[in-house]
Amino acid sequence: MLISSDQIEQLHRRFKQLSGDQPTIRKENFNNVPDLDLNPIRSKIIRAFFDNRNLRKGPSGVADEINFEDFLTIMSYFRPIDITMDEEQVQLCRKEKLRFLFHMYDSDSDGRITLEEYRNVVEELLSGNPHIEKESARSIADGAMMEAASVCVGQMEPDQVYEGITFDDFLKIWQGIDIETKMHVRFLNVEAMALCH
Amino acid sequence: MSRRGARGPGWGLLLALLLALGVVPRARGVEEQGGTVQGFQVVTFKWHHVQDPYIIALWILVASVAKIGFHLSHKVTSVVPESALLIVLGLVLGGIVWAADHIASFTLTPTVFFFYLLPPIVLDAGYFMPNRLFFGNLGTILLYAVIGTVWNAATTGLSLYGVFLSGLMGDLNIGLLDFLLFGSLIAAVDPVAVLAVFEEVHVNEVLFIIVFGESLLNDAVTVVLYNVFESFVTLGGDNVTGVDCVKGIVSFFVVSLGGTLVGVIFAFLLSLVTRFTKHVRIIEPGFVFVISYLSYLTSEMLSLSAILAITFCGICCQKYVKANISEQSATTVRYTMKMLASGAETIIFMFLGISAVDPLIWKWNTAFVLLTLVFISVYRAIGVVLQTWVLNRYRMVQLEIIDQVVMSYGGLRGAVAYALVVLLDERKVKEKNLFVSTTIIVVFFTVIFQGLTIKPLVQWLKVKKSEHREPKLNEKLHGRAFDHILSAIEDISGQIGHNYLRDKWTNFDRKFLSKILMRRSAQKSRDRILNVFHELNLKDAISYVAEGERRGSLAFIRSPSTDNMVNVDFSTPRPSTVEASVSYLLRENVSAVCLDMQSLEQRRRSIRDTEDMVTHHTLQQYLYKPRQEYKHLYSRHELTPSEDEKQDKEIFHRTMRKRLESFKSAKLGVNQNKKAAKLYKRERAQKRRNSSIPNGKLPVENPLHNFIIKEKDLELSDPEEAPDYEAEEMSGGIEFLANVTQDTATDSPSGDTGSDAPLTGRSSPPAAAEKPPRPRAPPSPDRRPATPAPPTPAPAPAPAPPTPAPAPPDTPPDREPGAGPAPGAGLERRGLPGAHARSAAARRVHSRRSFQRPRARRRPALLKLASLPPSCHAPPHALEQEETPL
Repeated sequence: MLISSDQIEQLHRRFKQLSGDQPTIRKENFNNVPDLDLNPIRSKIIRAFFDNRNLRKGPSGVADEINFEDFLTIMSYFRPIDITMDEEQVQLCRKEKLRFLFHMYDSDSDGRITLEEYRNVVEELLSGNPHIEKESARSIADGAMMEAASVCVGQMEPDQVYEGITFDDFLKIWQGIDIETKMHVRFLNVEAMALCH
Repeated sequence: MSRRGARGPGWGLLLALLLALGVVPRARGVEEQGGTVQGFQVVTFKWHHVQDPYIIALWILVASVAKIGFHLSHKVTSVVPESALLIVLGLVLGGIVWAADHIASFTLTPTVFFFYLLPPIVLDAGYFMPNRLFFGNLGTILLYAVIGTVWNAATTGLSLYGVFLSGLMGDLNIGLLDFLLFGSLIAAVDPVAVLAVFEEVHVNEVLFIIVFGESLLNDAVTVVLYNVFESFVTLGGDNVTGVDCVKGIVSFFVVSLGGTLVGVIFAFLLSLVTRFTKHVRIIEPGFVFVISYLSYLTSEMLSLSAILAITFCGICCQKYVKANISEQSATTVRYTMKMLASGAETIIFMFLGISAVDPLIWKWNTAFVLLTLVFISVYRAIGVVLQTWVLNRYRMVQLEIIDQVVMSYGGLRGAVAYALVVLLDERKVKEKNLFVSTTIIVVFFTVIFQGLTIKPLVQWLKVKKSEHREPKLNEKLHGRAFDHILSAIEDISGQIGHNYLRDKWTNFDRKFLSKILMRRSAQKSRDRILNVFHELNLKDAISYVAEGERRGSLAFIRSPSTDNMVNVDFSTPRPSTVEASVSYLLRENVSAVCLDMQSLEQRRRSIRDTEDMVTHHTLQQYLYKPRQEYKHLYSRHELTPSEDEKQDKEIFHRTMRKRLESFKSAKLGVNQNKKAAKLYKRERAQKRRNSSIPNGKLPVENPLHNFIIKEKDLELSDPEEAPDYEAEEMSGGIEFLANVTQDTATDSPSGDTGSDAPLTGRSSPPAAAEKPPRPRAPPSPDRRPATPAPPTPAPAPAPAPPTPAPAPPDTPPDREPGAGPAPGAGLERRGLPGAHARSAAARRVHSRRSFQRPRARRRPALLKLASLPPSCHAPPHALEQEETPL
């Protein structure tokens, strides 16, 4: 599923380093990563590591701790698309990656990104810029939601209510957008950095 | 470019200046003296006076006119790249000139090329460089630019030397170093040629940025190789020591890094300067050009890579400059830069053609020429394949075989090579003419033949093309999320990757650089997501305008009412005080407005003129004060008075509010039925509009420019602006009401000035003006047929008005006596029940009461997204995309 055994080994070393030689990682362990502090959606990302949906362990809920296997599962969402994959596999791979993002947005696991959830994410995303007020973040989220609705449903009946972005809608929004470079990490010189910390 | 002769042609421009400044008065003095002898001459013919600048201007004109000519035939330009056409044109013109006086009078000289023609093109490339893409592929680009160019130069030079040794070329006075020198100048891919050809081919952006980036960055290598080998040739082959070779390598790093550094320093300066240009708006764009040009000259002076300097100056300053300078200045910079670059490019290619027509420079050696062509193509292909093989082990996005083919084939040579070869010293390089003619052949071959065939090749190979997409808010948001996720993953997995570095740089930039280099207000509003959001809002606003003018009024945008959609619904018969005030305000400038409006009225019947009218209306109605008012103002230091800003702001804001309100009203479930009807109508209207106005392009221009002015601050509730604005809005609201009543008072007297009837012809007696429902008559002419409702056979739409006189008294009855209502609108009106109108009036009253609390309503609490009026998502009009499609 993941990449080469070499890289798995390196990730394992990193895992042990994070967990302090324990077999599992808890949320607190991620506090040891100093670079993460500046990330505006830090909490969401860390949560994604413990999300049962991402771990393929259940339709909802959050795990308390994850072992290395789980860690690898999460990391595998970010593997690059292999050049040898056929079209179907590429599509599948793409879907998986988008699902990861979707789960991050859909914090109550009801299969829909509601306006409230979307606003929440956007606020966090833009929280890095101290000059952007919450209000504008909200209106951006509103605008994005309207856009999503218009993309997914088209022209709505007047009394029709758009409840939120479902995963199918989410895929529709992403249609035609290349994510080749957007969701991939090459696990290359893990060593170099791991030694620094 | 200028006359070859005693004067260095490069001095042509300078000379022109000198002539203008110093020589003219003296010449005049001389003439006056002569005049005493010959008597006063009324007209004198002084060709020599203006000769140089005149010729320059003429050539520019010829090139530009030629460009117009090419584009007359779409068929030709879609097949043949413009650069090739220009070269051919140059050949023809050169032939004519040569036939006339049998000397090649005009040639492309290195001085003109390097000092005046190249900088604008490179600056343009740098300033509009898609930075993220560029830095994302920087490693790849650098490898191709450095290793690739060295490889090309070395292999081509050595192979030619090998063939020369075999005796195939006959007897030539050439040494190994000359061959290497030739190889180094012919090796580099040319940015001008690449840009000219690839901009027409539209390959995908990664491929484009790699080829183009390579062509820009390989300049440092070319310059160094060229200088090194030239000095080696000067020294003579035997005197070159190992130390010199090491020096050459060192000088490569000095030249490239030094050039880059100079560029970055000047970019810093430029950004800093633009931070403080607030009060000299009019020369603001000048700084961009002058300082970038200085970076070019400075690095040229220090014998560093000038192209790198100006490229990086453009790349580094773009973010801060674009944030700092005003929107108008940004547009000026954009257009001026494009104009200069495209003009320079045109001239370069044309003069490449002209320069070739000179029998003196031609020296033919079949083997040499053909082998050069073969070698540069073959070795480029080999180089690309080898380097890609290495790169693909590290690249995320693999470069496939097809990409490699295009990259090899896209290695066009151009004017840089030509200028360099002309610079050679004939005393040192004995076979200069052979080199020159070969270079010309190579340039012509690559630009014309390869340029001609690359398009079919790209199509045939099915290379992924770049597609132009409308910016999407969701896309940007998700993209941002991905960025953060990736950098987090890299942090967690503990590695230094692209994302890690980018993340660190962004933080550094935000914490330090932006604080120093950006205006305080710009710091606040500078965010890509906000920009996209803003852009989309603009489009919405524009579609509102389009909607408004189709319906004949923009009142719905300006309406203070928020809790219902009454004001969007134009076809119901109901009173509208809002409109009364629109016409009132418009009438303030009677003479300016009504002349136009009258002529419009007369042209109304011609369908062909609908478009003009639409444009006109956008302008007229969008600003409550017509622009004509300011026409008499002239100032060299101020462009437009900024009085309009407040209006624009307000309009923009209203639009935004409207957008949000569409949620709210739907959520509360108010007016559902009515809205259903309205939506349906609007949908139909939309269709109609779409079919009648080609792509909605017309309304785009005017409102756009007006909007742009200050929106961001507004949107962000900039503390400096917000309170101000709020007060403005409040007082505006009150005045508004005052206007309405005033309107009714002043209406009648002014109403009989027949001339403004088309606009304001619906003023009614004071009693009828305020609340009572009366037939609504929008100021737009295209709705006017419906206005004289009473005379039409259809039942008067005014539902039992309390006032006795629903018909506008001053409606000129002679205009459209029996025309009857316009088919669509009239039917709609008739079909609506009178109760509706009354309730509309009631709502209006209600809304007016709450009008003075705009803040609270501006951001209604939204819980569920519901019932989007389609007009909110009217297909956004094609906003002009002025940036380079890189």
